[in-house]
Amino acid sequence: MRMRLAAILGVLVVGCALLVSGCKKTPSGPGPSATPIKVGAIFAETGGASFLGAPEARTVKMFVEKLNRAGGVNGHKIELLVKDSGGSPEKAISLAKQLIDEDKVLAILGPSTSGETMSIKDICQEGKTILLSCAAAEKIVEPIAPFVFKTPQKDSDAARRIYETMKELAISKIGVVTSNDGFGIAGGEQLAKLAPEYGITIAISETYDKQATDLQDVLTKVMSAEVQGVVNWSIVPAQSLVAKNMKQIGFDVPLFQSHGFGNIKYVEQGGEAANGTIFPCGRLLVADVLPADHPQKNVLVEYKKDYESQYKEDASTFGGHAYDAILVLVEGIKKANSVERDQVRAAIETLQGVVGTGGVFNFSPTDHNGLAKDAFEVLTVKDGKFAVYQKQPGRN
Amino acid sequence: MMRPRVHFPVIVAAVLVVLLHLVLAATDKTYYMTQITMSAYYALVVIGLCLLMGYAGQISLGHAGFFAIGGYTIAVLTTHNLIAWRDAPLIGTLRSLGLIAQWRDLYGNEVLSFSPGPAFVAAVLLTVLIALAIGLPVIRLKGHYLAMATLGFGLIVYRIVLGARLFGQADGVSNVPAFRLLGSLQVNGRAPFRVQNYYIAWIVVLLAMVLALNLVHSRVGRALRSIHQSEEAAHSLGINTYRYKLATFILSAVFATVGGALLTHYNGSIGPSEVTVMKSVRYVAIVAVGGMANLWGAMVMAILLNFLSLRGVFGSYDDAVFGAILIGVMLFAPQGLLRIPKLQAATSLLSRRLHG
Amino acid sequence: MNFALFVQYALSGITVGSIYAIVAIGFNIIYCTTGIINFAQGEFLIVGAMTAISLTRVVPLPVAILGAVVITTLLGGLIELIFIRRVRNASVLRLVIVTIGLSILIREAMLHVWDEKPWSLPYFTGTAVSTVTILGAHISLQVLWVLGVSVVIVTSLTLFFRYTTTGQAMRACADDRMAARLCGINDRWMVTLSFMLSAGIGALAGCIVSPITQTQYDMGAPLAIKGFTVAILGGLGNSMAAVAAGLFLGLLESFVVSVLPASYKEVVAIVVLLSILVFRPTGLFARRGTSALRTA
Repeated sequence: MRMRLAAILGVLVVGCALLVSGCKKTPSGPGPSATPIKVGAIFAETGGASFLGAPEARTVKMFVEKLNRAGGVNGHKIELLVKDSGGSPEKAISLAKQLIDEDKVLAILGPSTSGETMSIKDICQEGKTILLSCAAAEKIVEPIAPFVFKTPQKDSDAARRIYETMKELAISKIGVVTSNDGFGIAGGEQLAKLAPEYGITIAISETYDKQATDLQDVLTKVMSAEVQGVVNWSIVPAQSLVAKNMKQIGFDVPLFQSHGFGNIKYVEQGGEAANGTIFPCGRLLVADVLPADHPQKNVLVEYKKDYESQYKEDASTFGGHAYDAILVLVEGIKKANSVERDQVRAAIETLQGVVGTGGVFNFSPTDHNGLAKDAFEVLTVKDGKFAVYQKQPGRN
Repeated sequence: MMRPRVHFPVIVAAVLVVLLHLVLAATDKTYYMTQITMSAYYALVVIGLCLLMGYAGQISLGHAGFFAIGGYTIAVLTTHNLIAWRDAPLIGTLRSLGLIAQWRDLYGNEVLSFSPGPAFVAAVLLTVLIALAIGLPVIRLKGHYLAMATLGFGLIVYRIVLGARLFGQADGVSNVPAFRLLGSLQVNGRAPFRVQNYYIAWIVVLLAMVLALNLVHSRVGRALRSIHQSEEAAHSLGINTYRYKLATFILSAVFATVGGALLTHYNGSIGPSEVTVMKSVRYVAIVAVGGMANLWGAMVMAILLNFLSLRGVFGSYDDAVFGAILIGVMLFAPQGLLRIPKLQAATSLLSRRLHG
Repeated sequence: MNFALFVQYALSGITVGSIYAIVAIGFNIIYCTTGIINFAQGEFLIVGAMTAISLTRVVPLPVAILGAVVITTLLGGLIELIFIRRVRNASVLRLVIVTIGLSILIREAMLHVWDEKPWSLPYFTGTAVSTVTILGAHISLQVLWVLGVSVVIVTSLTLFFRYTTTGQAMRACADDRMAARLCGINDRWMVTLSFMLSAGIGALAGCIVSPITQTQYDMGAPLAIKGFTVAILGGLGNSMAAVAAGLFLGLLESFVVSVLPASYKEVVAIVVLLSILVFRPTGLFARRGTSALRTA
């Protein structure tokens, strides 16, 4: 009979757990004037994508604190529910259903990766809950699901900026290396698709593991294809190995990176080998040197200052994507003057000229990303710091 | 003679499942069923692994691999669009046999793909084949070598799904359709289907329990236990230990694959995170905390721990919790959490009360 | 493939191979005295490197590495005293499970103590771009450090196990624990010592490879998987063979990349692991029928 008792006991434990987790969910009392707006967030704070999720989660927490201190939006405070998915789609699914069915949130910010986003895209659409993804892949907004938006710039625009710069440098035969995460795969596809348009030949295309510890062999292979330039499309820390290993094996051609390079940490890891890397990126990294009349100047400087003073670490464009997600939502709420999902969604779809960290957002029913190619600035690394890329007179 | 005693707890469990539904409905918390359903499919893996570890004494650090074989087979077969070959004779034949169906996805695209039924059968068959191929050499290994070999198997599956375009690489496969069983019954994760899926999942789990309990209380089960206690002794008694171990290995792989296939239908997607070493280790941790050779313990713990984990109760300490469980159980409660002396005293007291 | 390119692939293989080798040595020490494979070995590397990185903010590099090695050594001893020693009826299955649990706990603790970002120690000599040229191909100076330190470690371990009383006592425990105890050897202390030794060597390895690989909290497990593939390939317990096996695996991976898409690179080690387990579990270098399995 012991087994039966074990079962009974187990079910009792389950019951208790349910009650406990049920009790924790009691609302912490409505605000004085209006009920708080519930906003969910699913980020990979731990696990293999934590280098994205952690700064994203910190950013939205900081944004909401500041907003609530200033009185919230339309008189409502925002109640933020941040959930850690660990980068797993199945966990993201469970958390999304929880946020939609139980917490009845207005919107979900995140997730951090494209795999997670794709697995909850339909769930959010059917649950009529706004999803503001911080992952880059274009399939998130293509085909368009009315409730699904994303804030990072388009991969195709990044690829175009890279190719334009290559043409200036008279580079036509290139090698492509990508990491085997969602970001790398999506980027590799865009590069391959757009190459003919710019008259560029991809002589060799290789994928490396996101936890790689050394890439000399892959780069030796690329070198043997006798290319004039290399594109490294990746968002993982292993990407700084590329710059280092290229210099180490004496492979001296220009290195182009993607907007996934937007973290000063990666430059530090590359050491002096990172100097000269060319990459398209949002302007957050060069906020300090932007001209004072640039439309993004204030937003960028403020975000950078707030983030760096609160968390004692450098701001990255990854956190910026989360900043833009919550910013777009708040602007949508303001414009709709409502907290109804349908109305806020419709308002976001018509938002124009919202200045975020990634660029100036102009949404439309056919564009759920809202950023254009000019959201990117072509940057380079000079003496271990990010700088705006300028065509070198001697080189062309 | 054994049967009634074996099956009685299953009936009790079934009653408790219904009771749990009533409690949830009364407290307006039916949304908990979403995570209970997901946990139930993970429990299938754990029940299979419990047979393998607890009764046959074989560790497997690669069971997430079998879960993924089921999930990915289903996902690829039911989503891979064959519309371009619509007019090929083979497709026509398969279609007239009802193996392939045409449907429309959320964005209005026409999709021609295998139906979930045949895909499910294919997943199970594929798993049996792979488990046989892996098991034949690997089951002969002992101790560390077995642990490493199963770990290696899991890693290979992980590398394949991460590398192959067919499996969606890092993004996995999404838009997996629902699995229609009978009439309006279907394995479907959408909110309107929540209650029926709660029961579908529990029926599958309890069926698995009946199967596993019967096995454990049969001649095979006694043979397995004798292997676990002393393989040499069992061998000298004329028990073909190798064959029993291999059969258990395959059976537990099938349990895992069924869990993976059904959860993939329920979630509508699967990704490489289902095949990580950490996932396999979690299953081992749950079997350990359930008490190794304790099917009910393993099942209950699988539901409880996965439920809490999926709800994000452990926050950013999710993996750490499972690590701590592994160490804690091994150090302080090698018989599992449900058999800690004090708890056991309490339950035996309770049982004396109950039976007066 | 021209000659310079061939050499470049070879040097690239030696770079990763030397890293695998130095990780594998740590596995062997614990296996030698206890017969356990310590799944947390990879985490010792990362703890060591992370500690050294933190220390470099206040002390010079050599002192920081020394400090990291000492701290990790103590941690290794502590882990043995607190966890491994207390496992009741310690079967291989239970010990494997405990070390897996430890590896997860240490990894998650590191996430919360340090953070999710990559860090690294500076190159010991020169910078990221300084290389030496061999036969028309280039290799980073740090690789020479890794190879040099591996050789020093293996040599001193061999001497230690062969000629010191403690070393001999540790080997005696591995061969027959009961007999060793009857000879008056404190077998429990020997196990603790082996954990300390392998943690310390792990930390040193972590520091030396850090400039090449970078150090991130979750890098321990992938390194450990390569490490124990190499340890098994060389024959568990045989450190000298582990170095050879490490270089072999590194070269194999490198040349596989030269002909197959690089995305298959990670499969190589696993295929090697599975085939060696199935066909020759005593390792590549063991002579059949000898008991080389458990001697250093």
